[in-house]
Formats: sequence, structure tokens, C-alpha cells
Amino acid sequence: MTQILKRKALALVGNHAVAYAVKQAKPQVLAVFPITPQTTMLEKLAEYISSGELKAELVRIESEHSALATIYGAAVAGARVFTATASQGLLYMGEMIYWAGGQRVPMVAAVATRAIAEPWSIWDDHQDFMSKRDAIWIQIMAENVQEAYDLTLQAFRISEDERVIMPVMMGFDGFILTHTMERVEVLEDYEVDSFLPPRQFNLIDFSDPIGVGPIAQPDEYMRIRYEAMKAMERAKSVIEEIMREYEKISGRKQYGLVECYKCEDAKYAFVTMGAWSGDAKVAVDRLRDQGIEAGLLKIRVFRPFPREKIKEYLRSMKGVIVFDRAVSFGSGGILANEVKSSLYGLEVPVYSVVAGLGGKDVRPLHFQKVMEDLIEGRLEEERWLL
Amino acid sequence: MSLITQVKRIPKFYRGNAACPGCPIPRELDILIEELGEKTVLVVPASCSTVILGDTSGMPSTVPVVHSAFAASAAIASGIVRALRMRGDKDAIVTVWAGDGATGDIGFATLSGAAERNEDILYVCYDNEAYMNTGIQRSSLTPKGAWTTTTPEGKREFKKPLPFIMAEHKIPYVATASIAYPFDYQAKVRKAKQIHGFRYIHLLSPCPPGWRFDSSLTIEIAKLAVETGVWPLFEIENGEFRLTSVSKTLLDKKNRKPVIEYLKLQGRFSKLTEEQTKEIQESIDEMWEQIKEMVKK
Ligand SMILES: Cc1ncc(C[n+]2csc(CCOP(=O)(O)OP(=O)(O)O)c2C)c(N)n1
Ligand code: SF4
Repeated sequence: MTQILKRKALALVGNHAVAYAVKQAKPQVLAVFPITPQTTMLEKLAEYISSGELKAELVRIESEHSALATIYGAAVAGARVFTATASQGLLYMGEMIYWAGGQRVPMVAAVATRAIAEPWSIWDDHQDFMSKRDAIWIQIMAENVQEAYDLTLQAFRISEDERVIMPVMMGFDGFILTHTMERVEVLEDYEVDSFLPPRQFNLIDFSDPIGVGPIAQPDEYMRIRYEAMKAMERAKSVIEEIMREYEKISGRKQYGLVECYKCEDAKYAFVTMGAWSGDAKVAVDRLRDQGIEAGLLKIRVFRPFPREKIKEYLRSMKGVIVFDRAVSFGSGGILANEVKSSLYGLEVPVYSVVAGLGGKDVRPLHFQKVMEDLIEGRLEEERWLL
Repeated sequence: MSLITQVKRIPKFYRGNAACPGCPIPRELDILIEELGEKTVLVVPASCSTVILGDTSGMPSTVPVVHSAFAASAAIASGIVRALRMRGDKDAIVTVWAGDGATGDIGFATLSGAAERNEDILYVCYDNEAYMNTGIQRSSLTPKGAWTTTTPEGKREFKKPLPFIMAEHKIPYVATASIAYPFDYQAKVRKAKQIHGFRYIHLLSPCPPGWRFDSSLTIEIAKLAVETGVWPLFEIENGEFRLTSVSKTLLDKKNRKPVIEYLKLQGRFSKLTEEQTKEIQESIDEMWEQIKEMVKK
């Protein structure tokens, strides 16, 4: 406890907390294009650079496609790199997202999650983030501003770990986190320096010229994709290891692929990802007060998907309710589908709730109500909270 | 006896690559790399050159190559050069090698952005006047009247004047070049090498299958493009316009060969009417009137 009290704490909105972490990670090249609700992060980074607090090149780029292309080039040439975006910006980056994932270069992108047009919406949901789930990127998502700060630092380390070498996307809910001020405990710069040593990866060597990303014939293409799958599997234990190391430095115990909130002895569980996990926790406490043995399993790492953890924690639940802020239209809640497939063969009833699209408000009460309906046998297999 | 054969040189771009017979690209790259030297990175978007540059089992280039998505090369090059400069490398030359489609169409915003930021890169557009890698579809740089698979009756619009558009970005160096005038091309690459900031070289690159001519005629046709005035050789250094090589002698119309001599060797122009040929001739003469104004300035 004493260790926690000694930590420096700042009052930061989510965008500034991430920018602060980026500054401490010391990337050499950044390219960011403005989009709500990410923009204030870009502005903060520009401030750090103009004041000399961060010695980096900030490329004032003309589009998101080019933003990712630029940091891709810089990453290939050995720089630690960063970008941030949201919604349309992430979609516009789409081609380069796959490009960077396929080539397996270390880089970090923060995604201030936001709904996708049409219709226009600047408010939060996870449709943008989830749309990049097959791009060979590690995807992690924060619950609160503290986590957004912590995960940003961890993202650089994970991305550059030689057992992984892969881009990492750090999602955090637009407005709900980007524009909300919280007390954030930050690491000292020297602690970040030892957690995140200088980057080693570089593909441009004039004495040993290679072609980066050429054509692959079918056998080779298939093999490269298989290697990526294996690296994703390998990443699970590496991520856990890096998160545990971070815990030791921060003095705060909270990390892992998933977070189990009162789910060890629960009979019913919510599964969530992102900011509303906090609301779900409140709901769990209230349900427990009513005598319902509820719990929550929060997914922190979405890719690689923590299938084993889900099995471990949910295998004997009487009911699982997965809350989704993103939909695969014509199929269902994306997280729900993944949880179902992880529990395949076990007799655990899984219910899907689609809610909060385009910023539609969701509160602890909504979680409570759905759980009560489940227990009273009134919950449909898929429910939209309209 | 041509001068070139007397110059002993070690090829920087290996023979035995996947280019078509008569394709000027390997030779153009050879000269480029020789002139720029070993500390050169090539950034290459989706194009014929992607194929020419080999696959995961090997490549013909003697300098590092970074392949790019179709629209991304100027941005990838921007990132590479920023990273190299950050790591203290002051002299490596990051060079985009891109087709006309990547340059004038899908990658145009990216190119314009990098030029506006005056990124320290050399951008070379090898212009074969269509999307050749996907099988001869028109681009904005296909000339008026030319047949392509998507303009079976001939393209209706004029060629986008890209070198002039690039000059409007106020970048330090813009030049046109041709494989038929290798010393002129070489000199321009050499000059570009010495300059910092965004440099743009536009190479007309005749393509035997795409332009429908015999693969033995590549240089002949490249030469005619210059001699007829279709492809003026010039450079614009810090805003100052200068004709180079034989183009210096072409201000006077009577020194220019009639455009028909260039057009008649190419199957892609075989369906041109007399009227259309006349219109093309007029547009060339008009361009030279504008060039006259630029030379005066
Ligand atoms: C986003 C995208 N759209 C389309 C393609 C297909 N494609 C590959 S190369 C090419 C044409 C390239 O034309 P150009 O830039 O003129 O180069 P060339 O092939 O003529 O050398 C096209 C359309 C692609 N690779 N990426
Ligand atoms: S299609 Fe034309 S440009 Fe492409 S490789 Fe063949 S000759 Fe060269």
C-alpha cells in the first residue's frame, strides 16, 4: 500500500494520459491525422514536441492511410513509432493496417473508439476497433484512463518483444475515456526507460540489402500466415509475462489477458470489454446485494483471443451474458460469438446483448435488468437494448 | 558506335529479372542505382516493378527495397527518411520508384502531401502511360487518343501534366527524362542527389506490349517522343525552367519531327483519324508555345 501512495498521480483526461505514456515511451516518429475524439491527443503530442519534452518527428500527414504508411516506413527503418485514430480514420487506414500486420513490424496505434458512418456519429461504440480483428494486430482494450495509460506503455513493449514482433492496437472508449478526467498514477521516466529498452528491430541495412514485403508464392504465403498464427498464440504468455513485470513496477495488481471480477464463486457472469466494464462491476455488486451470485469477466486482450482463460473462468457458469458494442451484421454480437466458440462443447448457456451502439447510454441498471431477466427465464438468446 | 558501349560499368540491377523483353525499367533502374550509390532505399508501389523486383526467394536489386501498397509510397518513403535522419544517417537517399497510376491517380494525394511537406525524398515516376501490371488499363497519364483495354475507342481526355503540377508545389527540383537520353537522365539523377528536399523526376517509359510495338523499338520510340516534342526534356531547379539535351533545339517548330512519326510505330494509336492526329499535333505545338514563355522568364 505504501508504495501506491508514493506514486506520482496526475489528473488527466484519457487522451492526455495516452499522450503522456507515448512521451515516456520515446517514439522517434509519429504521424497522426486529426479525428474526433482522438484530436486532443494529437494536439498534446504536438505540444510535447514543440516544447522539446519529446524528441521525435511528428509528420503532419495528409490522411490516415498515409499516417500508417509513414509510421510503417519509419518502423521498417528502425524507429519506435506511434499513431492514433478512430472510426472513419481507422477504416481509411484499413489497407495499411493489414499491410503492417502482414509484414509484422512493431508499432503502436491508439484507437479512441467511435461509431462508424453512415449515419454519422461521433459517439462511442467498438465497431471500428472490432473491424480490424483479422489483421495480425494484437488488440487490447482499456477500461479506464489509468488502464489506457498503462496499456499504452505495455503495448510498445509487447509489440517489440522478439517473440512477438507485431503491431499493437490499444482501444479506449471515445469520449467516455478520451475526454474524462481521472486520477492517473504515472511511472517515473527512469522506470519506463528500464521497462522499455531502446528498440532493436530494423530492416534497412545497406550492407545487407533485402526486399521488404515482396511477392510470396503460394507455399511461402501460406507458411508466413501460419507463422503469424503461431506468433499470436505465443503472444498470450508473453503478454501475461510483460503485464506481470509491469505490475511489479507500478505496484498495482490488475493485469492479465482477462480480469475476473468476483467471478471465481459466481454462478452467472457478464462478459464485457472496454469502459462499460466499470458499469458492469457496479451491477455485479448490486446483484450480489440482492443475493444473486453474479460476476464479471472482462476481456482485456481481444487478439490473441484468450480462449483458454474464458474456458477456465466460465466453464461451470449457469449463464453467461456477453455485452457487445459491435455487431457482425447477419451474424451477431462479435464478442458473444467468440465466447460461444471458446465454450464449444461445454454446456454453458451464452446470451448475447447488443447495446451502446453510436453512444447509446448504458448504465449499471441495464446490466442488472438483463441479469434479472436471465434468472427469471425471460432473456432471449440475443437482445438489443434499444 | 554509340558512346554508351564505351563506358565500362557494373550492372547495379541484375539481368534475368521478370521484365518483358524490351522493357526499359531494368535499364532505368540500373542507371538510377548506379548514380545514387549503395546508400539508396527504393520504395516501390504495386506495379510492373513489383513483379520485376522478384519475390521472397530473391531480388535483382543491389540496394534495399521496401514494397508499398499502391497508394502509399510517398508516405512510406517519408517515414523511412525521417527514421534514417533520426538515427543520424544524413546522406542515405530514399527514392520512390512508381508507375504513372501510383503517381498520378491513386497515390496522388500522398505524393502531393509529401511534396507540400518538402520531405527529403527523391520521387521517380516511370511513366508507361497506363496500368500495365493489371493489363493495360488507362490512367490519367494515358495520352489522348491512345487505345487501352478500358478505352477501346481511344482515350478521350488529355494526359495529366504531372511534372508541371509537381513544379507548382514549389519543390526544389523537377525534371523530365528519357531512357533514350541516358546521359541527360543520369545528369538529372546526379543533380537530384545533391539536393535536399522533395525532388521529382518523370521518366517516359515506352512499354512494348502496352503501346503495341515490337520490343526492339523501345529506344527508337523513346527517342521519337523527344524529337517530335511530345516529351520535352527539361528541369526546373528552384523555380527556374531550363530545357535540356536535344529539347533545347526544339523551340523552333521546324526542328521538331511531325508527331505522326512517333504515333505510327505504335499499335495503340493505329485507329487515329487524320483529324485526331492533327489535334494531337496542335496540342504539342501549343505546349511548346507555353514552354517558350517559360524559357523567357
Ligand atoms: C488499392 C489497389 N487497387 C488496385 C490494385 C491493382 N493494381 C496493381 S498494380 C496496378 C496498376 C499499376 O499501374 P502503374 O502505377 O501505372 O504501374 P505499371 O503497372 O504500369 O508499372 C493496379 C491497378 C492494387 N494493387 N491496389
Ligand atoms: S508491361 Fe510494359 S512496363 Fe510492364 S514489364 Fe512489360 S514492358 Fe515493362
